[in-house]
Amino acid sequence: MSSETKQILTTDGIPLEVSLKKAEKKNKIKAFLLVAPLLLFLFITYVFPIGEMFTRSVDDKMITNMLPKTFKAMEKWDGKELPPEDVFAGFYSDYKVLIENQTQGKLGQRLNKEKNGFNSITKKLMRQIKRNKIDESQSIKEQIMKVHKRWRDVEYWQAIKRTAPPYTMAKYLKGVDMYFAADGSIAQVDEDRRIHRILWLRTLEIALFVTIFCFLMGYPIAHLLATLPMKYSNLLMICVLLPFWTSLLVRTASWMILLQQQGVVNDFFVMIGLVADDSRPEMMYNKVGTYVAMTQILLPFMVLPLYSVMKTISPSLMRAGKSLGGTPFVAFWKVYFPLTIPGIGAGCLLVFILAIGYYITPALVGGASGTLISNQIAYHMKTTLDWSFASAMGLMLLSGVLVIYWIYNKLVGVDNIKLG
Amino acid sequence: MALPSYTETRYRIWHYFYIAICTFVFFFLIAPLFVIFPLSFNAEEFLVFSEGMKRLDPEAFSLRWYHEMVYGTKNPWGLAAKNSFIIAIFATIGSIILGTLAALGLSSRHMPYKGLIMAVLISPMIVPLIISGVAIFFFMAKVGLAATHTGIVMAHIILGTPFVVITVTATLSGFDHSVTRAASSLGSNPFNTFMKITLPLILPGVISGGLFAFVTSFDEVVVVLFLAGLENTTIPVQMWTGLREQLSPTILAVATCLIILSTLILVTAELLRRRSERLRGINR
Repeated sequence: MSSETKQILTTDGIPLEVSLKKAEKKNKIKAFLLVAPLLLFLFITYVFPIGEMFTRSVDDKMITNMLPKTFKAMEKWDGKELPPEDVFAGFYSDYKVLIENQTQGKLGQRLNKEKNGFNSITKKLMRQIKRNKIDESQSIKEQIMKVHKRWRDVEYWQAIKRTAPPYTMAKYLKGVDMYFAADGSIAQVDEDRRIHRILWLRTLEIALFVTIFCFLMGYPIAHLLATLPMKYSNLLMICVLLPFWTSLLVRTASWMILLQQQGVVNDFFVMIGLVADDSRPEMMYNKVGTYVAMTQILLPFMVLPLYSVMKTISPSLMRAGKSLGGTPFVAFWKVYFPLTIPGIGAGCLLVFILAIGYYITPALVGGASGTLISNQIAYHMKTTLDWSFASAMGLMLLSGVLVIYWIYNKLVGVDNIKLG
Repeated sequence: MALPSYTETRYRIWHYFYIAICTFVFFFLIAPLFVIFPLSFNAEEFLVFSEGMKRLDPEAFSLRWYHEMVYGTKNPWGLAAKNSFIIAIFATIGSIILGTLAALGLSSRHMPYKGLIMAVLISPMIVPLIISGVAIFFFMAKVGLAATHTGIVMAHIILGTPFVVITVTATLSGFDHSVTRAASSLGSNPFNTFMKITLPLILPGVISGGLFAFVTSFDEVVVVLFLAGLENTTIPVQMWTGLREQLSPTILAVATCLIILSTLILVTAELLRRRSERLRGINR
C-alpha cells in the first residue's frame, strides 16, 4: 500500500480542494454583493464627506493661490531681514492681478487675521496702484516701502510667508485655544479668552456625570425588571420603552415646562416649603437643566443593556451565595455584581457616546452655562460660517467618539447592541 | 417581591429603600410625559397650570390649541406633518431595502471582514448627529440636493439603516439555513426562496427595524436643520423653532399627538418582538 494519499476528485475531474475553494469564493462574493449597495451608499454619502471635512479643516489654499509669484520668490528668502527686491516685485504683480479681479479685499481680511494692521496697509497700497503712482521701471521695493511704514516692518512680511503652505493646523490649535505665534511656535491664548477648553471640559464633565447618574438610576430598576415575575415586569418595561420611543423634542419640551420658574417642580418645592415662593431657583438654562433632562432621556439606553444581561443571570446563584454563608450584601457584591459587568460596560459606553455628542437638549435647556461642544460646532456652521473651524472641531470630537466606539466594539461587539 | 418571614430588620429596611428608589426612577422616567397632556388643554396662553386648572374648573380647559394646530392661520403644522410623513415613509422604505440586504450578507458565514464592515454600517448611529449633519450637508450641497426632499430622505436613510441592520441580523441569528437549502434543492430560484421562505420568517425583525427607521426619521432634527429650506420644514423642526422662539401651547397639542403616535408604535414593536421571539423559539 502506498503511503501517498490519493487526491480526491469531483465528478468533473477537478480536485475537491480546488472545487471547494471555488465554491467558497463564490459564496464570499455573493455575501459581499448583498452588503455592497449599502456600503457603497454609505461611503459616497457619509464616509467620504467626513473625510472631506478633514481636507476642509486643514485647507489654507486661498492665499497660496492668490500670491503665487510672491511665494515663489519667498522660497529663497531666509525670513530674517526685509525680503529682497524680487519678493516685493512678485507681491506687486500678484496684487495687481487681484485688483483687476477685484478680490484684493479677501486678501486684506485674511492677512489681517494673521497679523493686525494688514487691512489698512493693503488698502493704501491698492489706492497707490490704482492711481498709477507705482513706476514699474524703478525699484518696486523702495516704492512699496514708502507707501506705509508697516511695509518696512519685517514682521508683516514674515506673516505673509507664514500663510504660504496650502495646509494649516491652525484651526485645530484654535479648537484647543492655541495659535501659531509670529515666530511660528505654538502659543496659548490669553487666559480669559480660553473658551474652547472650557467647553471641552464641560462636555466631558456633563457626559461623565450623566453616565454616572444613568448608572445609579438604571441599575436598580434593571435589577427589579429582571427579577420581577414576567407579568409585572412587562408592564413596568413600558415605563422604560415609552420615553425611548417618544420624540426627543417632546421630552425636552416637557422638561422645559417642568423646570421653568413657574413650573411644576418649583411649585412642588414651594408647596412642601423647601423654597420660598419669591425665591424660586432657576433650574433651566443652566447645567442643572442639562443634567436632569439628559439623564432622563438617556436612561433607557442604560436600562436596556443592563436588563438583557441581568435576565440571563440565574437567581439560584444568589441563593447559592447566601446558603454558603454570605449575607445578602456579600452575595450581591461577590456573585451578582461581577456577572453584570458586561451590561454595565455596554450601558455606560453607549450613554457616554450619546451624551458627548448631544446637541438638541443642551441647546434648549442648557442656556449659556449648559452648552456643549456640539452647540459650538453648530454655531460656527450657521452663525460665523467658519466651516473649516466647525469641521476641525467636529473631527476632534469624532476622534474621541471613535476611540470609545472602538473600545465598545472590543468589549461588547456592535452586533450585540440591544434595541428594545 | 414578598420578603421571607425570617428576613432581618436591616435587610427589610434596605428592601423598602430599594423599592422606593425604583418607584422614584420609574416616576422620573414616565411622569414628564404626562405633564404635556393636561397643559395642552389649557384655555390660556401660558405653559403653566393656571389657577382654574388646579381647581379643575371646566372653564379653564379648552380645545383651542388643537383647533389652532389644525385650522390656525399661517400655521406651519400642516405642511410640516405632510413633509414629515413623506420623508419618513420614503426613508423607511430605503432603509429597509438597503439594511435587509446588508443584514442578509452579514449573516452569511462566508462574509469577509464581517466585524469591520458591521462597524462601518452601524457608525451613523454612534457618530454624533452634529458631525453627521455637517458631513451630509457638505455632500448634499456639493451635489445640489440641499433643501430638497430627496436630500433629506437620503440623509435619513443613512441614519435609519443601522437600526434595520441590527434588528434583522438579530432575527437572522436564530435562522435555520437548511430551510432555504431545502427550497433551493426543490428547484426554487434564489429570489423566490427569499420571497417565499426567508422574508416571511424574518419579517418581524424587518418591520421592527423599519419602525425604528421611521421613528428616527420622524424625530430627526439636527440633520434636517442643516439641510431643510422653508418648504422642507418637518414637525421636529417646527417644534425646535417653537421651543426656541415663541413658546405657544400649540406645541403641546402637537406633542400630545406625537406621544399617542409613539405609544401606538411602541405597542406594535412590542407585539412584533414577542412574535419574533416565539417564531425563533426563544422562550422567556
